[in-house]
Amino acid sequence: MPELAGYRRPFWGTQPEYLHSTYVSTRIRSPSRPLVLIPQTLSELTGPVFGQDGIGRNDDDLTRQHDGAPLGERMIVHGRVLDENARPVARTLVELWQANAAGRYHHQRDQHDAPLDPNFSGCGRMLTDEAGRYRFVTVKPGAYPWRNHHNAWRPAHLHFSLFGPAFMTRLVTQMYFPGDPLLPYDPIFNCTADEKARNRLISQFDWEVTMPEHALGYRFDIVLHGRNATPMES
Amino acid sequence: MSLQATTSQTVGPYLHLGLSWLNTDEIAPPGMAGRRVRISGRIIDGEGALVPDAMLEIWQADHRGRFAHPEDARAGEVEPGFRGFGRVPTDAEGAFRFQTIKPGRVPGPGGGWQAPHLLVSIFARGLLKHLVSRLYFPDEPDNASDPILALVDPERRDTLIARAAGDELLEWDIVLQGPRETVFFEF
Ligand SMILES: [Fe+3]
Repeated sequence: MPELAGYRRPFWGTQPEYLHSTYVSTRIRSPSRPLVLIPQTLSELTGPVFGQDGIGRNDDDLTRQHDGAPLGERMIVHGRVLDENARPVARTLVELWQANAAGRYHHQRDQHDAPLDPNFSGCGRMLTDEAGRYRFVTVKPGAYPWRNHHNAWRPAHLHFSLFGPAFMTRLVTQMYFPGDPLLPYDPIFNCTADEKARNRLISQFDWEVTMPEHALGYRFDIVLHGRNATPMES
Repeated sequence: MSLQATTSQTVGPYLHLGLSWLNTDEIAPPGMAGRRVRISGRIIDGEGALVPDAMLEIWQADHRGRFAHPEDARAGEVEPGFRGFGRVPTDAEGAFRFQTIKPGRVPGPGGGWQAPHLLVSIFARGLLKHLVSRLYFPDEPDNASDPILALVDPERRDTLIARAAGDELLEWDIVLQGPRETVFFEF
């Protein structure tokens, strides 16, 4: 079997450590031993490939999944999924979930005293196109409280899950909103040492995608691990 | 042009909302060739508590060690209908269970072979990045020459090897932290 080009290791400081003690649940859920560094084998260089099966017609429009329209500020979130070599990641699965406009998840474990919206489930999925583009229509989620520390509130955010071409490129992340006053107080947003990397989680208001009389536009590009130029040593 | 990969963030407590549509406890549908195994286990945190709000993703080759992915030169020969991916939640008791077939040997670095194994990713609230481990099979002679197991401290290797617990049943617990901590990998 020919040697395969491996994926780049994360750039210093741009990914969180497992233990980030201001985010309290990391204290008992993070490994205490160093991870074991292994070569990237065929197992890690392959990964699941998804097609359209299971993806429904309104799965990219969270405002059309029920009989009525959800409450809240309608928004379009779009962007490109690229690799670290700036090449588009085409036909990859993007999964999205979020709270409603009042900051409540349609989830039995969410006991926040904010209203559920019968017209909003808060989850979506789609495949990127040939140019790596994705686009969801949704409503802007509200901030919500959590019990991490005194008076803790999560800034408004969308959860994103992506696969990319290999087991190595799996990514789960969160997208935030520009100008959110809660960002400096949030240990999850602040878990990454590198300030520029952190700030890339903040979407940009996108006037060109904003639709008159209809919805605000936000742009959020997502970068998955890219390959090294040369095959790995083995 | 060179970019840096987007920062990982936790799935949080409400992951099932967006992710459970892909849940399956049958990684290899019934009828797929290979030795069928049922695998069950629990996820345990650093205080010994069970973790009820986690999710596993499993990735594996077919019974002859071929991955359903274009990077595998033998992908065209993968058994039809075999994908090798599964997503499994933990229940209120922190337990997970799924069924699959034991994969074949998989090519390793430098022209060698890897023993049969499953790749397992763990996602949960409190994990800012997902954890990656491997499940190996008990009583498997190839384990002794597996190039990845060889990189693991011998005293910790058994955290990667499931226990036989009856007819075609394997048990494998994942300990996130502590003296019996499971081995997790980076690449
Ligand atoms: Fe959230």
